[in-house]
Amino acid sequence: MALSYDDVVARYEPSLGLEVHVELNTETKMFCGCATVFGAPPNTQTCPVCLGMPGALPMVNEKAIESTIRIGLALNCAITPKSRFARKNYFYPDMPKNFQISQYDEPICTNGYLDVEVETDEGAKTFRIEIERVHMEEDTGKSLHVGGATGRIHGAEYSLLDYNRAGIPLVEIVTKVVSSTGKYAPEVAKAYVKELRDILRSLGVSDVKMEQGSLRCDANVSLAPIGSGKLGTRSETKNVNSLRSVERAVRGEMIRHAGLLDKGERVVQETRHFQEDTGATRSGRSKEQAEDYRYFPEPDLTPVAPDATWIEKLRSELPEKPSVRRARLQALWQVPDKEMAAMVNAGAVDLVEETVALGADPTKARGWWLGEISRLANEAEVELSSVSISPKEVARIVELIGAGELTDKLARQVVAAVIAGEGDPDSVIAAKGIKVVSDESSLIAAIEKAIADQPETAEKVRNGHLPAAGALIGAVMKETKGQADAARVRELLLGQLGQA
Amino acid sequence: MSELVRKSAAELGTLIAQGELSSREVTQAHLDQIAQTDSAIHAFLHVDVQGALAQADHADKSRGESNSPLHGVPLALKDVLAQKGVPTTCGSKILEGWRPPYDSTVVAKLKDSGIVILGKTNMDEFAMGSSTENSAYGPTRNPWDTNRIPGGSGGGSAAALAAMQAPLAIGTDTGGSIRQPAAVTGTVGVKPTYGGVSRYGLVAFSSSLDQAGPCARNVLDTALLHQVIAGYDPKDATSINAPVPDVVAAAKRADVRGMKIGVVKELSGDGYEKGVADRFAESLAILESQGAEIIEVSCPNFKFALGAYYLIAPSEASSNLARFDAMRYGLRVGDDGARSAEEVMSLTREAGFGPEVKRRIILGTYALSAGYYEAFYGSAQKVRTLITRDFAAAYEKVDVLVSPTTPTVAFKIGEKSDDPVAMYLSDVATIPVNLAGVASMSLPAGLSEGLPVGFQIIAPAMRDDRLYQVGGALERELHAKWNGPLTNQIPDLQVR
Repeated sequence: MALSYDDVVARYEPSLGLEVHVELNTETKMFCGCATVFGAPPNTQTCPVCLGMPGALPMVNEKAIESTIRIGLALNCAITPKSRFARKNYFYPDMPKNFQISQYDEPICTNGYLDVEVETDEGAKTFRIEIERVHMEEDTGKSLHVGGATGRIHGAEYSLLDYNRAGIPLVEIVTKVVSSTGKYAPEVAKAYVKELRDILRSLGVSDVKMEQGSLRCDANVSLAPIGSGKLGTRSETKNVNSLRSVERAVRGEMIRHAGLLDKGERVVQETRHFQEDTGATRSGRSKEQAEDYRYFPEPDLTPVAPDATWIEKLRSELPEKPSVRRARLQALWQVPDKEMAAMVNAGAVDLVEETVALGADPTKARGWWLGEISRLANEAEVELSSVSISPKEVARIVELIGAGELTDKLARQVVAAVIAGEGDPDSVIAAKGIKVVSDESSLIAAIEKAIADQPETAEKVRNGHLPAAGALIGAVMKETKGQADAARVRELLLGQLGQA
Repeated sequence: MSELVRKSAAELGTLIAQGELSSREVTQAHLDQIAQTDSAIHAFLHVDVQGALAQADHADKSRGESNSPLHGVPLALKDVLAQKGVPTTCGSKILEGWRPPYDSTVVAKLKDSGIVILGKTNMDEFAMGSSTENSAYGPTRNPWDTNRIPGGSGGGSAAALAAMQAPLAIGTDTGGSIRQPAAVTGTVGVKPTYGGVSRYGLVAFSSSLDQAGPCARNVLDTALLHQVIAGYDPKDATSINAPVPDVVAAAKRADVRGMKIGVVKELSGDGYEKGVADRFAESLAILESQGAEIIEVSCPNFKFALGAYYLIAPSEASSNLARFDAMRYGLRVGDDGARSAEEVMSLTREAGFGPEVKRRIILGTYALSAGYYEAFYGSAQKVRTLITRDFAAAYEKVDVLVSPTTPTVAFKIGEKSDDPVAMYLSDVATIPVNLAGVASMSLPAGLSEGLPVGFQIIAPAMRDDRLYQVGGALERELHAKWNGPLTNQIPDLQVR
């Protein structure tokens, strides 16, 4: 019998450590000139350098350095005057050189922080997440295991290697131990990754698509009895591919650890893999015996020594912080706190802003993104930003409603069709023959039919009992297959019944 | 033997440029010499007959468009440099059959200046050794005495020069692999300043020490080749973005008047053979007679150089050689469809690497291990700094440093095979140079009991021109005495 979460946090204090890997969106790889397009045919974006051919040498991508420094600055880090690359040595077939060029004891950015806001029982509360380091490294290739039941290496008949990803610049952002979150640990973890994602997006340094792996989070979780002042043994959960999963993974690991500790068992220090379907984690590689990566300074590269004036220039050009921007937009759109929080949680701020920028009314734009579109996103279990409708399309729908060419109900049909890939709003409307019934004679015919069908209800309205009109309006809408403007129907109906 | 093959590269280049000789004739003469002598010498792992003749024909066609003094002149390339489409093994079974899909920068520069590449020369596996006995394809023999080693790791390139198989060669030098073979074969070899010649396409042994360099039978030819291959390369982050010193002018000037030449006290005495010490002293006397001032200097930390080198080089090698894993190129052992990738990697490395390479991978892996790193790799790096300071202090007083290149003349094949430390001591005088990244030349100083002795000159970083200035002066006097290059005295060259 699994413990309840409330049981867990009543007795244990969680500590977190979050490692986020971000694939930079540079046009070329970290150490060579190969392209970095996602989804290209296997092994078409490779060269002697990223294939680790004998004799090939790395050259540092200046743009990647710039992006990393900007990330560090946005996270309030110190920029190391002279940082170095190091080799992390281990054998794996998808790593062409059998060492990864990374940074070890001299990372490019250190000692920053990020403040995140989480809704607590006492209202919104800010948690400061301290950043230990931000460093650069190269990504590995990908192994595709063919045959066998699981798609994993064990039991596979053979494996295919794709080195397109090998050498794509990665930035790793590592927090210090995050404690004092208490029961909010899962929410804090999610809020951190989300805020980080928003910052990275505002910097324009990465696609930050968790589902495509351009933003990956490893969540370290440990529990200790409340008041013990100690850190428990941690597990490191990988494969956490969405914000929702970050929260689920942390909560799930807390419950799993507590279960072990309650039984007097010990938590094994290991890597675990998050499973989206069950929300549970599966045991991976043990880290009980720390792997020896034999780090040493990369002799093929010189130290990275960014010019101080350049750093200051980059600092001065940082975009508005997402949190500052949110406050500004909230004031501008006059949104209540609770609704702003809902918009932030749903990842709707950018979408609403873009929709408003295209001419839509802020309240209407927000209504669509947080209402119908969010509902469809939830149904499909995807992030709002992954739903295939654009701010431009939403703005057009809002415009059509304003012009009386769509009713809210018709608009919902259009939204569903756009998301289903049937085309943009105008082509959906044309294809489906959607139009508001504005021919008053046919409306009046429908109204007369409704009155004739429900004489008693009509009588109630005549006698001044206006709520009864709803049933009649409903009948008219049904008769006109929802294509009538409900407000106009009401107007005409009440006129007919002497209540105008 | 065609007399053509005794000519210097400079002379051949001039004759080709004037249309007196075609590159094809010159190339063919050297290919013939290889065919006649290489069964006895085994300088080459791969002779690219068709490729070389095609390059020669191309050179003949494009003669009018070139102002390269080495246009059409053939060269022997150490098998550690990638040449597109031509087998490149590094003397190892693990790379058997690999044909690089790209040219190293050195090769690209050679091709650009119209130099004809005859083939790939033998070497100790992955440049680890001082005798070329560690080649997986069998040893190279010293043309002076085929029972003796030609030095290593670049024994193939040096032997090819001495055996008149090529007038020019490229070597690489991590701890002495250009200079020690030059010394024991009576040829000239230069290890340029670290970063002076691009390492792009040089299969790495120890990245922070490796340097490709020019080899020939005389100083001017070496300078001409140096000029071709040197210079900044945007593909090599460790290459130096500064003008190459004019080494050709320095070789021609060959004037030591007023120069201060420092004799390194620590690179003499015990372990240095009498014949070696005598030739060294005679060379010093010549330089002094030419107007140089000879000063003794002390470099106290040189005594730690060998130890530091045998931590740094294997450490880097253990990482550099990790890529040979059967996944993408080269040898693959045990891939029967049932074994895992890890097992195939392991079996391939077991079968593909020779004992000396395994020894160094194990040494380096150990030295980099957690808990040992500071004591081994960390300490070695500190020694490296101290040695660099020794050089800096010495260059406050003198323009160049000199020493015998090696403590002994060529030893017999098999003599030191079972004693790695004795073998490592062959490089005791050359290793400090690599640790500090400075420039160095070995040139012939004469014979000891019929075998060549090398004279080493060491110049500050990016002052490679001084090597040629001093070497040229010394050589002028010695050639006058010998009536030509020392290699002309090799007995019975064509008999075998």
